[in-house]
Amino acid sequence: MTSQVLHLARRSVIRTLRQPANWITPLIFPLALMAVNSGGLDAATQLPGFPSDSFIAFFLAFPFIQGALFATVNAGVDLARDIQTGFLNRLALTPMQSAALLLGHLGGVIAMGVLQALWYLAVGLAVGVRLESGLAGALVLFVLAVLIVFAFGTFGALAALRTGSTEAVHSLFPVFFVFLFISSMNLPRDLIETDWFRVAASLNPVSYLIEAIRSLVIVGWDERALARGFAIAVGLAVIGLALSSLSLRTRMART
Amino acid sequence: MRRTMDVALAVGWRMLHNNFTTPSLLIPGLAFPMFFFVAFAGGLSRVNDVPGFQFPVGYTAFQFVFVLLQSAAFAGVFTGFGIVRDFETGFARRLMLAAPDRRGILLGYAIGALGRWGVTAVVLTVVALLAGMQVGGNGVDVFGLYALAVLVNVVGLLWAAGIAMRFRTLQAAPLMQLPIFLSLFFAPVFVPLDLLADWLQAIAHLNPVTLLLEAGRSLIAGTPTHVGYAFAAAVALIALFSLWAVRGLRKAEAAGGG
Amino acid sequence: MEQAIEVRGLVRVFKGGITAVAGIDLDVAPGEIYGFLGPNGAGKSTTVHMLTTLLPPTSGSARVGGFDIVKDGPEVRRTIGAALQEAALDPLLTGREHLKLQLALHGIPRTERADRTDQLLERVGLRLAADRKIGGYSGGMKRRLDLALALAHHPRILFLDEPTTGLDPQSRSALWDEVVRLKRDEGVTVFLTTQYLEEADLLADRVGIIDHGRIVAEGTPAALKAEIGRPTIEALPADGTDSRALEEILGRFGELQPSTAGAAVRLDGQGDLAEIVRALDSAQLRLADLHLHAPTLDDVFLAKTGRSLEGSEEPSEPDQQ
Repeated sequence: MTSQVLHLARRSVIRTLRQPANWITPLIFPLALMAVNSGGLDAATQLPGFPSDSFIAFFLAFPFIQGALFATVNAGVDLARDIQTGFLNRLALTPMQSAALLLGHLGGVIAMGVLQALWYLAVGLAVGVRLESGLAGALVLFVLAVLIVFAFGTFGALAALRTGSTEAVHSLFPVFFVFLFISSMNLPRDLIETDWFRVAASLNPVSYLIEAIRSLVIVGWDERALARGFAIAVGLAVIGLALSSLSLRTRMART
Repeated sequence: MRRTMDVALAVGWRMLHNNFTTPSLLIPGLAFPMFFFVAFAGGLSRVNDVPGFQFPVGYTAFQFVFVLLQSAAFAGVFTGFGIVRDFETGFARRLMLAAPDRRGILLGYAIGALGRWGVTAVVLTVVALLAGMQVGGNGVDVFGLYALAVLVNVVGLLWAAGIAMRFRTLQAAPLMQLPIFLSLFFAPVFVPLDLLADWLQAIAHLNPVTLLLEAGRSLIAGTPTHVGYAFAAAVALIALFSLWAVRGLRKAEAAGGG
Repeated sequence: MEQAIEVRGLVRVFKGGITAVAGIDLDVAPGEIYGFLGPNGAGKSTTVHMLTTLLPPTSGSARVGGFDIVKDGPEVRRTIGAALQEAALDPLLTGREHLKLQLALHGIPRTERADRTDQLLERVGLRLAADRKIGGYSGGMKRRLDLALALAHHPRILFLDEPTTGLDPQSRSALWDEVVRLKRDEGVTVFLTTQYLEEADLLADRVGIIDHGRIVAEGTPAALKAEIGRPTIEALPADGTDSRALEEILGRFGELQPSTAGAAVRLDGQGDLAEIVRALDSAQLRLADLHLHAPTLDDVFLAKTGRSLEGSEEPSEPDQQ
């Protein structure tokens, strides 16, 4: 099975590399957004209670999450395309184990996630952000970032397996976007003035993922934030993996 | 001329018909601007308290103008996606065969983009008013704001059409979106110009979108400032991108519309 | 002798109560080319999906290569190769990469993969295009690669689901040649579904005709045609020739049939074409044209179902889920 997973992960990576839009966008777009948001909201650091005097340090968590969304949707679209073209049937006719398909697909997503995490960290450091948690914190951030990509990736795979449609997977992007924006992405939750927005952000699991990464950058070692972030990432991964495995079994109804 | 208008109206009707009868096209066009408005005006309202932030009619109106112009520009871009689909399916060839003056096709796409955005603008305005947005400007000022947005819609469409007709593949979608996105965001989106970080302020000073945004905000606040310059800039952009789009059309013709 | 494919009472009912396959029985001997013929929506592809283990049957049983399709799925898949209705290729991979992936998934040792890949590419005439992405392949090239992928692991039984649909005559002919060669030189059993009469007639040792999910006729093409009908001769009179006299002569050789252009007779075995020509000549009847219509598989289908196979279409088979 390991060999099957590796072959399918390799294919997943090759396909991504051969679609420049699929890797250029996650590498460039989140950083562009980070640049304009940081430049535009730099003055917000003057608000009483703002936890950092550098908005870019505050905002560095954002590209990790948005990059994960891009990688997820792109990979989900690739899997949906396999279903639409019948390529999944071709794979089903080989001795390939079903789990290998899912893990191979996610392996490709993780590979992109690793590349993205390294890139965002490098750019962050290059523009002068210093991690309060130091080198150890950078490693923990890297692990958390890859775990988040994996967790999101399971939901992209779920969407692909449930719908078998590239358009349906694409249409998930706005949904994920909503989760990203209605969060503590731009301001800490305690500084969000609009009540319903603050409540929604507090209920949104993405807020805790952002805050966990952010804590490693601007606070140092905030055990509570890290515990929440990891718990949610692991929880999402477990749920996503379980649901997508079930969907795979239905989709590949082979005997 | 008359036949060109016939073509334009037919193409425009088709774009609008497809848009309003296809949920996967209609809903994102309506939902995204609402969402941005809610996220920015709702989530960032505290920015109103940043020292030096002074906008007479409040943060909701401040963000409304940005979202209005953004939705206008992106309605043009999404119409560009539709143009690409026409080329990918071969329908564009059919249009080219039928049209005596193919610029009528481009005009038709512009009509489609405008119609598409018109509905969004109405819904956005209603939502903003229900959210308690204050309007300091009079009827002329408000009309001026929407007129400016119409011009931005045309600019967005012409840019996207030029790309669509040159590349004729959805792989070019990022080329359509990213420049529009960056030009919108390298501007005073969240705070006024003088509160931007230095590097962004420097870029925003050179960005024509800044002029459009500030003029739009001055209109809604009832203190029209540099509105003439803003309209002149918009018209200049339309002239420039019209050439861009028409040249794209000629390239598509030369390639046989495929 | 154990059959290559044995099917007993196979049924498939989809959600919503749609019965795509309503209980079929068939046997395919080892090394045989079995043609499975029917209009669109008759149940051909659903049958193939069940026999290739991609779809569980609702009821009934089948054995492929000696293995039960429900209980021994993995063993069945090791025994068969399949080129399904969709070419099912990844537009971002090259032909060579497709083959290497297929070989790897089938557990072919790494040391053998390169040679086997080259062999297969040569065999299907794709050596020069091997390193181009599939997105740039023509329809015929995609079908050839599809066949190569199906043969990658030396299967004993090959399923081809409408393999020549949409191909130009040259590509179609090349694929037919390959199918014949596989049977002749390698003893591969081929289960071929098609809606083209000509293809079934030419290639198949035996044909099963399916309609509304049931097999309505089965046998060799010649036997099926002979069972159904005899040839029809249609004569077009030249100017000035008496049509009634023509009908009177033709009527001696069988049952007269309707004809818009002249006169036609279905032969009843009392004479052949040569005798008819002599009789017409003796009566000094001049003809503008004379046609001999041999029965076709379409005639077989018409006799069994009351409709023509060509141009007949049923609601398409539902998706697998």
